[in-house]
Amino acid sequence: MKRKLEISELIFQILSYIFLTVFAICCIYPFLYAISAAISGREAVEYGQIILFPKDIQFEAFELMFGTNMFWNAYTNTLFLTVYGTIWAMGVAIFGAYALSKKRLLFRKTFNFFLVFTMWFSAGIVPQYLNYLDTRDVFNSIGITDDKWLIVIAMGMAAMNIILLRNAFEGVPSEIEEAAIVDGATEMQVLTNVYLPMSKSTIATVALFFAISRWNGYFWARQMISNSNEHPLQVFIRLQLEYYNDSEAMVGWNEPYATDSAVYALIVCSVIPILIIYPFIQKYFAKGVNMGGVKE
Amino acid sequence: MKKIASDYLVYDEATGKYREDPEQKVRDDVEKHYWLNVARTVIKDWRLYLMLVPMLLVFLFWRYFPMYELLGAFKVPDDTLAVADRLYSGFSYFKMLFAGDSTMSVEFWRAFRNTFLLSFYGLCFGFPMPIIIALFFNEIKSNIARSIYQVATYLPKFMSTVVMTSLITMLVRRGSEGIGQFEGIEMGIISQLLCSLGLITEEVGQAGLLNNPDFFRAIYQISGIWETAGYDSIVFFAAIIAISPTSYEAAQIDGAGKMAQMRYVVLPSILSTIVIMLITRIGSLLNVGYEKVLLLYNSHTYVTADVVSTFAQRYGIAGTMIGVASAAEMLNNIVGMLLVIGANTIARKASDVSLY
Repeated sequence: MKRKLEISELIFQILSYIFLTVFAICCIYPFLYAISAAISGREAVEYGQIILFPKDIQFEAFELMFGTNMFWNAYTNTLFLTVYGTIWAMGVAIFGAYALSKKRLLFRKTFNFFLVFTMWFSAGIVPQYLNYLDTRDVFNSIGITDDKWLIVIAMGMAAMNIILLRNAFEGVPSEIEEAAIVDGATEMQVLTNVYLPMSKSTIATVALFFAISRWNGYFWARQMISNSNEHPLQVFIRLQLEYYNDSEAMVGWNEPYATDSAVYALIVCSVIPILIIYPFIQKYFAKGVNMGGVKE
Repeated sequence: MKKIASDYLVYDEATGKYREDPEQKVRDDVEKHYWLNVARTVIKDWRLYLMLVPMLLVFLFWRYFPMYELLGAFKVPDDTLAVADRLYSGFSYFKMLFAGDSTMSVEFWRAFRNTFLLSFYGLCFGFPMPIIIALFFNEIKSNIARSIYQVATYLPKFMSTVVMTSLITMLVRRGSEGIGQFEGIEMGIISQLLCSLGLITEEVGQAGLLNNPDFFRAIYQISGIWETAGYDSIVFFAAIIAISPTSYEAAQIDGAGKMAQMRYVVLPSILSTIVIMLITRIGSLLNVGYEKVLLLYNSHTYVTADVVSTFAQRYGIAGTMIGVASAAEMLNNIVGMLLVIGANTIARKASDVSLY
């Protein structure tokens, strides 16, 4: 039976459509504007004539970016950091979380506290910076001279992600594990053949958390990577923005695009990969948030 | 613990004599060889403990060693020595931060106040927004429409801080006057909009909103809502859709209108979620995302924008005053930790859910 909508309900529904439409437009407008401004002609951008749709369309700003070696270099570096960083972090986190999820682990509470304490208290960025400098010396002395590996190995671990994994592993029924052990499975086989397949969605979520934070990482990459050829994309964007904004640098007088367009083009290029995979990964993130309310 | 004779002796009824208690001997042995037994267990189960090692090392090297570096806050700076070998300077850096009227002390207290205020305003303006959005999401009955809204509103969360701040910088950029034959460049689109709405004057817009300390907090909070409100609504929305439809039906039978249903059905059901999220937010009041501030502020806006982390970054990383910077961060983070622990204790008491 379909109930007739009451007036108050109807008003509320209309209100929510209006509110959400306005908010959603606010959320995506800056990105749409960036795309329009990146492909609009010089005068239209400089005189502030772009509101939503592009004017006097040109693609030279994008061509400039695509023709820049530094841009592709930065992209490659970001990919390197994301791929290796995620693999390393996931490896460490999965093994650690698996061990922590076992009731028979001695000093389990101590280890848990060891982890959780880092969420309560962090030394701060200056001591961390000093620590990374020391780490760099140690890495150099054992032959790892590439700062990228310092970023991959030393940074980006998050206690919260390990706890998410641990909780997922604790949810695996112990009967299945026992059955596997009776069948002669080793510890490693139990992990790869029982635990990993049974907590696939959490693993995907946590891997995405790591990957996104690597892709978006900026501060430490800027502090620790001295060689500008090794800068990841985020550092490259920021340096370009500073260059265009602070020094009043202008693109050549004859170029058909404005200085702003070059920056917008760079921003658009950097978010395209995320925009492409975003619809597919969005649901995992929603799941991850709901796992956040964890219990000990 | 010293053992007395009666611990070892039990009365044997069969013989009517005292004899040694064999179980106590075992208990004693276990106690005496506690670490030996631990070692035995670990060796027998070495695969499991080996799995733990990389994680422990990562946390030890890059989370706990920096805490050890905090000792530098009490020591005379000397690059040639490890932090443990340096001379103690006592609390001199803390005195520098606390003592009245030096520039550094003024800047530190300003940064401390800004840190607190930025999160506090975030709590006041940023916290209710996701709840409101979740309530509205619940009203959208069409799945397609709701997915579209969700995709659009979650999107900014996935963008990096650099991309967000670059966009903000460009959207409120300053304009420049024309010189001679060259025409000037118009200010950013958001500044134009605010100008035409009469919210800011032409000169303020031309000078660039990010160069104006009066606008920093507003920009920070509004962009914060833009970034996270949609995504943060997920938690509340999940709590709302978990409400069983029968609750609404019962309320309708009792003659409850839309507002009454909100008041008596929806709000009580999501109250525990709200309380927990609120407590988490309060716990991280001194935990401002320094990256965003660092990317948005400049020397014109230190008055309202400088937070403790950026203060420390300026003095300790960009400058050379490592001791003062460490001391500042240490103070901030200790107070922050007390807030987190306090908030967590309250959460544990207020509900069954503990945050960590």
